[in-house]
Amino acid sequence: MTIDWSWISAHTDDLTTLTLSHLQAALTAVALGLLISLPLAVVAHRVPRLRGALLGLSNILFTIPSIAIFVLLLPVSGLTRTTTVTGLTVYTLVVLLRNTVEGLDSVPAKVKEAAKAMGTRPLRTLLTVEFPLALPVIFAGVRIATVMSISLVSVATYIGDGGLGQLFTDGFQRNFPTPVIAGVVLTLLLAVVADAVLVAVQYALTPWARRRA
Amino acid sequence: MYTLLKNLGTWLTSSAQWTGPDGIAHRLAEHLQYSLLATLIAAAIGLPLGLLIGHTGKGAFLAINLASFGRALPTVGLVVLVFLAGGLSMLPVYVALVALAVPAIVTNTYAGMTAVDPDVKDAARGQGMRGHQVLCQVELPLALPLIMTGLRLALIQVVATATIAAYVSFGGLGRYVFDGLAQRDLVQVLGGAVLVAAVAVVLDVALAGLQRFLFRHRTV
Repeated sequence: MTIDWSWISAHTDDLTTLTLSHLQAALTAVALGLLISLPLAVVAHRVPRLRGALLGLSNILFTIPSIAIFVLLLPVSGLTRTTTVTGLTVYTLVVLLRNTVEGLDSVPAKVKEAAKAMGTRPLRTLLTVEFPLALPVIFAGVRIATVMSISLVSVATYIGDGGLGQLFTDGFQRNFPTPVIAGVVLTLLLAVVADAVLVAVQYALTPWARRRA
Repeated sequence: MYTLLKNLGTWLTSSAQWTGPDGIAHRLAEHLQYSLLATLIAAAIGLPLGLLIGHTGKGAFLAINLASFGRALPTVGLVVLVFLAGGLSMLPVYVALVALAVPAIVTNTYAGMTAVDPDVKDAARGQGMRGHQVLCQVELPLALPLIMTGLRLALIQVVATATIAAYVSFGGLGRYVFDGLAQRDLVQVLGGAVLVAAVAVVLDVALAGLQRFLFRHRTV
């Protein structure tokens, strides 16, 4: 299997467009996933009775195959980007929810009591004490969710979207490996770069964690 | 929407749909065959590897990075790539499914092994157990719950992904999804998707039950 480099140089613009569209779908999904799972995680953390139900539900959603999620959304949102992003968001939920709950659980009770004793109100404690201290665990979830989403965007090629995944369909239909190789390599690169960026962001956001290490 | 659900119900329950080479029963058997064989091969590769890394402590870097590499690898691309390289056979599908399942098995086995209390291992050694005895009689039983979790995760991912066998013109439940998409037959597409989802959920629940049954004497 040889790579046709002339095809790659002739299609740099297309590859750039697809990479950006790929990244956009994955990042939107993670952002939406965070938006949904952060408040739910607070609920699961504070209300033990809802905890099992919320985590169980997200587990079941995670079990549903990605291609099935995309397809099941077709009657609702059709062959569109909305379907891709919604499907991916569902997938990010289980990782983000579980990690955020675990992160909030890991905050020592003494720290929360100290904040309470200083007269900090619950919402403020949550935002300025609990979330920052839970950040390392939350970030571990964000990293997994991001890498997973970047890999899963390709599956949406079956419903006509899928960013770099379109290169797979293209290569398959024309029996031409070059776009497929390009697609796999670019997806892996995108995942590695996104992960490295997240590590850097976490490093910047948690200065106190550095001293311990 | 209502008509769609009604048609879906008819599609799923009509007896004609369940029989014959294109029937649900046959496709279901194919799907299970692909999934179980791929998971078995993956376990045959991943379990020894995870046990070895966990026991010796060597290659931990590999075990950790294999996980993120496995998550990042686009399975569709892998299937197409192996298909274009190796021609029309089930091989590309199995290669892709095994590649998908191995990292989950290795990392969970490794995690299970490292979670074993070092004092317990030292105690076993102090009683005169040899390396392989410590591995088989102490580490392995204690790591088993996490190893099971890894196998469960791998099987579910494989069941979900076995859908792509149909993309490169093989059988399984993905057949309905891809044929339906090509024929613009939404009911068939949805029927296939519902069936794959149902198989994944049922297998996961069954394995969770089995796991609970096997480890019922554990207090942890």
